[in-house]
Amino acid sequence: MEKKILKKQKFDKRSKLLLFFLRGSKRYFILCMIFGALVALLDLINPRIIAYTVDAVIGEKESNVPGFLRDIIDNVGGDAFFKSNLHIIAFMIVGIALLAVVSRYFFRTFNARGGEKLVCNMRDTLYDHIIHLPVKWHNENQTGDIIQRCTSDVDTVRRFLSDQLTNLVRVIILIVMSIIFMLNINVKLAMIAISLVPVIVGYSLIFHSKIGKSFRKVDDMEGRLSAMVQENLSGVRVVRAFGKESYERERFGKANEKYCGMWIRLMQLLSFFWASGDVVSGTQVMLVVAFGAAFCVNGQLTTGELIAFISYNAMLTWPVRSLGRVISEMSKAGISIDRIKYIMNSEEEEDTVGAGETNMAGDISFENVTFAYPAKDESDHSGEEESKTKKSDGEINNEAEEKPLTRVLDNVSFKIPAGSTVGILGGTGSGKSTLIQLLDRLLEIDEESECSGRITIGDKDIKDIKRKFLRQNIGIVLQEPYLFSGTLAENIAITDEGIDMEKVRDASKVAALDEAIEKFTKGYETYVGEKGVTLSGGQKQRTAIAQMLLRKPPIMVFDDSLSAVDAETDVKIRTALREKSKDTTTILIAHRISTLMHADNIIVLDHGRIVQQGTHDELIKQEGLYKKIFELQQPA
Amino acid sequence: MEEQKKKEEKVKLPFFGIPKILPFLKKYKVRIIGMILMGVISSGIDSVFPLFNKYVINHNVALKTLDTLGYVIALYMVLLLFKVVIDYFTTFLCSRLELWVNRDMRNASFNHLQTLSFSYFNQNNVGYIHARVMSDSGKIGELVSWFMMEFVWNFAYIAGVIVVMFITEPKLALLVVAMIPVAVVIIIFFEKKLTVLNRKVRELNSTITGDFNEGITGVRSIKTLAAEEKMNTEFRKDTESMRKESVRTAHHSAMFSSIVSLIGSVILALILWKGGYMTVDGVMLIGTLSVFMSYALGIMDPIQTIISDFAALIQVQVNIERVDKLLTTQSDVADSPEVVEKYGDTFNPKKENWEDLYGDIEFKDVSFKYPDGDEMVLENFNLKVPQGAGVAIVGETGAGKSTLVNLVCRFFEPTKGQVLIDSRDARERSQLWLHSHIGYVLQTPHLFTGTIRENLCYGKTDATEEEIWRALELVSAEGIVKRMDKGLDSDVGEGGGMLSTGERQLISFARAILADPRILVLDEATSSVDTVTERTIQNAIGTVTKGRTSFVIAHRLSTIVDSDIILAVRDGKIVEQGNHRELMNKKGYYYSLVMQQYDHLSDGVLDA
Repeated sequence: MEKKILKKQKFDKRSKLLLFFLRGSKRYFILCMIFGALVALLDLINPRIIAYTVDAVIGEKESNVPGFLRDIIDNVGGDAFFKSNLHIIAFMIVGIALLAVVSRYFFRTFNARGGEKLVCNMRDTLYDHIIHLPVKWHNENQTGDIIQRCTSDVDTVRRFLSDQLTNLVRVIILIVMSIIFMLNINVKLAMIAISLVPVIVGYSLIFHSKIGKSFRKVDDMEGRLSAMVQENLSGVRVVRAFGKESYERERFGKANEKYCGMWIRLMQLLSFFWASGDVVSGTQVMLVVAFGAAFCVNGQLTTGELIAFISYNAMLTWPVRSLGRVISEMSKAGISIDRIKYIMNSEEEEDTVGAGETNMAGDISFENVTFAYPAKDESDHSGEEESKTKKSDGEINNEAEEKPLTRVLDNVSFKIPAGSTVGILGGTGSGKSTLIQLLDRLLEIDEESECSGRITIGDKDIKDIKRKFLRQNIGIVLQEPYLFSGTLAENIAITDEGIDMEKVRDASKVAALDEAIEKFTKGYETYVGEKGVTLSGGQKQRTAIAQMLLRKPPIMVFDDSLSAVDAETDVKIRTALREKSKDTTTILIAHRISTLMHADNIIVLDHGRIVQQGTHDELIKQEGLYKKIFELQQPA
Repeated sequence: MEEQKKKEEKVKLPFFGIPKILPFLKKYKVRIIGMILMGVISSGIDSVFPLFNKYVINHNVALKTLDTLGYVIALYMVLLLFKVVIDYFTTFLCSRLELWVNRDMRNASFNHLQTLSFSYFNQNNVGYIHARVMSDSGKIGELVSWFMMEFVWNFAYIAGVIVVMFITEPKLALLVVAMIPVAVVIIIFFEKKLTVLNRKVRELNSTITGDFNEGITGVRSIKTLAAEEKMNTEFRKDTESMRKESVRTAHHSAMFSSIVSLIGSVILALILWKGGYMTVDGVMLIGTLSVFMSYALGIMDPIQTIISDFAALIQVQVNIERVDKLLTTQSDVADSPEVVEKYGDTFNPKKENWEDLYGDIEFKDVSFKYPDGDEMVLENFNLKVPQGAGVAIVGETGAGKSTLVNLVCRFFEPTKGQVLIDSRDARERSQLWLHSHIGYVLQTPHLFTGTIRENLCYGKTDATEEEIWRALELVSAEGIVKRMDKGLDSDVGEGGGMLSTGERQLISFARAILADPRILVLDEATSSVDTVTERTIQNAIGTVTKGRTSFVIAHRLSTIVDSDIILAVRDGKIVEQGNHRELMNKKGYYYSLVMQQYDHLSDGVLDA
């Protein structure tokens, strides 16, 4: 293997990846935490004011106030002043509340800014990375699983950072300060209040980490149920044609019941958890009130202090109860980070050092190309397996079992002179599509140990040509082309900066697509792709052809791309193409002889080997596969 | 087909659509009433809890006595435990209600879908229908359980607090209650705004998920087009507007919660001020003041929750509307009551009354237009297909070749005229009866997640090993199975993804044959199979269709030349009819199709 330039860094640790994603959002989070701390502190002041007021009002005993404040109070006229001017205290409360409100506003907006910046960053990076990952990687990883990682795992990380971690700071400050204030008021009572804190946190922690597993199981079940509906809907014709409605109903009903039952069990546990939590924290409140009252009676505590203490205790209850959840969520976020890390650590396609451009209107030559895919292995990357094991490192294990490789191409050599047309004929699995994927470097020859040989264009090894340049100059129409969400015009002009309608129309005409388009009410503005009108297989193929014609690449490849087009249209397109692309090197892959017969050279592939080569006239004279297929395709 | 709307619809239903979900709640009426009662009691207890503080401060602390403290603690603990038990049962019941309603709705939707005709599936895409079954029901379940309970809890709590306040100190109570409308107005204002903003964020979020899906499934196209940069730019546009919109939403919701907590503080300050003087004057006890302060801080949350529950109710109307629309959609192909009476319905067939199907099919004066089309595609069409005959339908892509097959299978019904099966109108017998006698192989074959065996046995659950292999051999698919490591028990992957299109076609062909149907429909069944394999299958078709009535749709004409009847379809209409020889001699449309397919091939071959 050749040395690759490591443009992107590797992330061996979770923290490294997190810091990488946090570029640009860190400052927001820091600001957010500062304001969070401020909110907590301001929240803590009110009970003190109230305590003072109550004591001042009752006037039975001097409230326990820090020295410098006592000085200020004495300066303005002592407790008596406030007693007769309660509105000042009211204003103070509102004033502090205002400060708290402003801080809370900043806390939340900075939090959102940080979180959204982070998400935006993560998504952009992931998307960019994913479309630059080699096709091999995409072949090995399931779409649904990747999307899951890019959406819900990203969200889990965001939630963890912006909801939980920042809140954690606030909560911890709140807890610590409450405890300090409580200790300050009365140590004994504070000890009573605090004694139950570890119990509550510990209980909540254990519970949440236990229930996490059940949640995952329920999620899996939901996935299965959802897949069942999906299959039933997309296979509706099969279900009907076999009259299997009852069977489907029963199957779904069972799964649905199971899913429902799982949730019920889970909710039962949760209800119990909530209830027992209520008992514990209710008891704690009661203990504080009862002992507090007793201390008041003993004279160890003023009434105002008791009221303040009760408020602090109330402030403690919720943060403490949520602490266990936050901590257990941390492990969930850890798993998500690992799952994202897996994607980020997969290697992008990189051009070799010194890769350049070449004259693409040169001869194409395949020299002793041998290629093999790793054998299909069921257990290698299914999402199911992922969820079963949930390995802590989040890697998807590909090397579970190295199986003997099946050769798709075996020592294939041929030349395509510049400007000529070559036809490739072969059955299912003969390796014709692999040939093209190698030419466009969607697959790499050096990918697997058993692969060898080289491909050159104009005497330059394609490995030394920049991928982007190579692909821009090779137009490929796939058998099952992909249309992107957008209008037809946008799809046809996808490789252009803007949309030149004249060019679009011209290309559509050659691709025999114009008539079909005109039948749509919105014409070229018809919305296609995932959320738009569904085009037939033939229409998709013709759109892809138009797409390619617009680019006028020096090398054009039709990978069985007229298979879904009827014979009449097929002829129309090919005739138009022949006129339009005289200087273009054209590669036609098909299993319909009539598509290939005009090629300057026809290569017959069988099980990865070239078995015959020549012009149509030569080949029909030879005994062999070509003649056999030709005869089969004759009308009886 | 209509362009899918990206925007979430806004719906207004009478009584927020609640009447439409009542049928699903009827079963659980008693539980619901129980839940509401328990919720009211629990909130009532909640609202009196601060009175304990009041009592302790006013009595024990103020009078410096511990005489009643034991009773107070005992009473508090009893109430607490009582409330906990009630809450436990309420949450328990509530979660069950949510899940049950959810389950019932999903079942109802799923089952109803099994009876809907194809025009429904043609008009709505899979993703859309899928969301109706999976997510709408969940939202509605949540509404009738948790949102309802939240409303009960909070409403009862507020009511309880107000009552307690008025009993203990009417003047201060008035002060608090006077502030409530102010809070409500402000909350409603923000809630409205946030609803709109949140909807936008959700829309953008689903756009981004769509982008990811496109980027990943379309990655090969992106690479061959070298369109990475363009896709990146487009994607960044979406994430950036998502970020902006989210930050805007956060800004509003931060303002919202800040203002609400400010109102709480203002109430607190008012109480301290007014109540303070009252206490100084000796009109009110200090414990009472503390109770009011805790009420002032505790009442804002419930108000906010009630209002956001209302907002949720308004949003869920959309889901109710959609589910209701699905459940009330009538299939345009339905068995008459008499037919159901005799032959049973989709889920409860009365097989004992089923006749055998022989296989004569006749179109009698059939006129047809698709429910979503406006042009007649068949007009007074007549055709007799005797048992065992093979009908081939040829024509251009998109010319409407599937129409006849759709009618034979009764996926659609003639607009006028009759389709006779064994000389009786197809409508005289149940759809299930007909379908159990039809084998259908599609151009885009659909396999279910599971093993090859499960897929093959889909139409014949009790097929023996021998029968399975015979079917596989008939369509030359035994090689595919033998090549897989676990043979018949190998997984085919999601939607058959582990197999190529051609392999899937062969497996689904074998599946159809295994069911031993009387009528066989091959809808471009072998388009993705290579020529040699196709020829093998071609021979198999000969064997397989022997004794069965068959319909073959093909664009590779070599596959159909032996058919008894060939129908050439152009622009949705049947333009020619006859066997290969007749049509070739006619030198019409069929002839031109054949000529084009074999254009420039040596002349002699074409002379039939």
